[in-house]
Amino acid sequence: MLDTVVVIGTDGLIYAAWLFLIALGLSLIYGVLRVLNIAHGSFYALGAYGAASLIGLYGRQDLWLYGIYLMLPLAALAVGGTVGPLVERGVLRWMYAREPVYQLLATYALFLIFEDLVKLIWGVDPIYAYAPYTLLGEVSIGAITYPAYSLLLIGTAVVVGVLVGVFIRRSRTGRVVVAMIEDPEMSTALGVDVPRMSVLAFTLGTVLAALGGAMTAPMIAVMPGIGAEVIVLAFAVVVIGGLGSLEGAAIGALLIGLLRAATVHLIPVLELFVIYLVMALVLILRPRGLWGRLEIRRL
Amino acid sequence: MNSRGILVGGLSFVGLGVMGFVLPQWTVFLLSLALARGLAALSVALLMRAGLVSFGQSLFFATGAYGAAFLIRLFGVREAVVLLVGAVVASMALAALAGLWIARYREIFFAMLSLAFTMILYGWLLKAYWITGGTDGMRIPPPTVLGVAWPIDRLRTVLYLVTLGCTGLALGLTHLFLEAPLGYAVRAVRDNEIRLEYLGSSVGQVVYWTYVLAAGLAGLGGVLMALNVGHVDPQLAYWTTAGEFVFITLLGGTESVLAPFLGAVLFEFFRTYALKYAPYTWQMALGGMMLLLVLFMPRGLWTLRHLRFRKAVS
Repeated sequence: MLDTVVVIGTDGLIYAAWLFLIALGLSLIYGVLRVLNIAHGSFYALGAYGAASLIGLYGRQDLWLYGIYLMLPLAALAVGGTVGPLVERGVLRWMYAREPVYQLLATYALFLIFEDLVKLIWGVDPIYAYAPYTLLGEVSIGAITYPAYSLLLIGTAVVVGVLVGVFIRRSRTGRVVVAMIEDPEMSTALGVDVPRMSVLAFTLGTVLAALGGAMTAPMIAVMPGIGAEVIVLAFAVVVIGGLGSLEGAAIGALLIGLLRAATVHLIPVLELFVIYLVMALVLILRPRGLWGRLEIRRL
Repeated sequence: MNSRGILVGGLSFVGLGVMGFVLPQWTVFLLSLALARGLAALSVALLMRAGLVSFGQSLFFATGAYGAAFLIRLFGVREAVVLLVGAVVASMALAALAGLWIARYREIFFAMLSLAFTMILYGWLLKAYWITGGTDGMRIPPPTVLGVAWPIDRLRTVLYLVTLGCTGLALGLTHLFLEAPLGYAVRAVRDNEIRLEYLGSSVGQVVYWTYVLAAGLAGLGGVLMALNVGHVDPQLAYWTTAGEFVFITLLGGTESVLAPFLGAVLFEFFRTYALKYAPYTWQMALGGMMLLLVLFMPRGLWTLRHLRFRKAVS
């Protein structure tokens, strides 16, 4: 019995950490730009592919063994730092004045383009980059053994969450970001450099998505189509937590992670539905999410 | 649509019917698929008139297709007419249920919830392989049409005519719906919901019934697709299939009920050639086209009609 609880707890935490990394970026981008970014799934995939390539490259050199872990954030920064500004300045900035419908369609178009771009660059065969996964060995919690890499994933999610939290609460730039999330019109009127902040927020969101992908790459076979799966999950997390909220993303990820782990171990038939069930309940009881704010409808 | 529109529609309808006998088999097959997909796109277009983007019409497309497959497997039905009616009823019943919840949401919430719903069906189709056949899907044996088991060399044309007939019927009904007071209310939902409420209409009900009707159209498209292809698989329910419908709608436009079909025919032929000559970049071409459309021609190719019309006047 106790073992089951421990298994559910750790499995849930691992899944939640993964969800949090991806959902946080989506939430941030929506909060600042008011665009639901379907291409977020592509950024995740690009991060995974970038990391797989860098890991392979590093593995062939005769370098410090554990330096391979530096490749993961490096891949995320490289992907996010180039693709993020390019997409925001190149495409999205023309869309802000348009109806949400067209913004959604534009990010979907970007998703399609990136899907094939990935195939052009990396081919269609699965890429394996297990080195960082096997290097750390295993740890035992009670009677259960876990790959230590999973704990690294949880640690990364916590560190990223704290860093983003400190950035948003303490730094001047971060506070301006919050101001834009809370009241875009007023912050513009008070002289916020909107284009600059938009690029910044979008790039940060992209880096986070890519980091999620990079951290996942050693655990899976990296292949086409991985980006299409995550976007729905990330959206569910963000809706449960409340769009544009850091705490919301964390709570949403934990809730879904633990509940999914619980159903997988106790009632496997429900695994598929539990996420949407939670989302349905939250939307009925609190339409703006657990941490969301009421928005005033304009006539 | 004015009388000129009806004339154009009727003429192209008869023209398409004649083509079923004239054109080579593979073209007739592609046209059938285009019409089936066009119905799903019409369903997206209908919702778009209310300002709603559905990334989940594949839910009803797949329900229609699998509905027919289940009717064949569980009840041994072979008659195409029964399959068509059964599948459409199944789709609309599902929408009547899902609509109770989803009709309350707008914009990205509507888009993503519809996406989530179709992913639930997709997951179920994959997992319940003892009923659904899992990733392999199910075979649809050649149906009888109006009680006649047509010889295999004639069946393609007969199915095409069935597809065309159903499409014509669905188009007519949709047109009538849009000309009715409820149809005008659909446009008002997009423009300003609160004013519509002040005028005494229930926005919730308008969205609900539009959703159910749209589901019927997508379900009809799905069953026609299944009958023509002779096979169903879970990919029909995946959200990227719904994304294709959105693309087709955007390509054609939403101004006329005929526009999605223009988009569907173009898409079908584009897809066929692209898959042949550029299998790894055709999605990219699709995405690029979509981006250009969103930026420069957000109301679809149908707007080109006005361009020509203006020139003729001046």
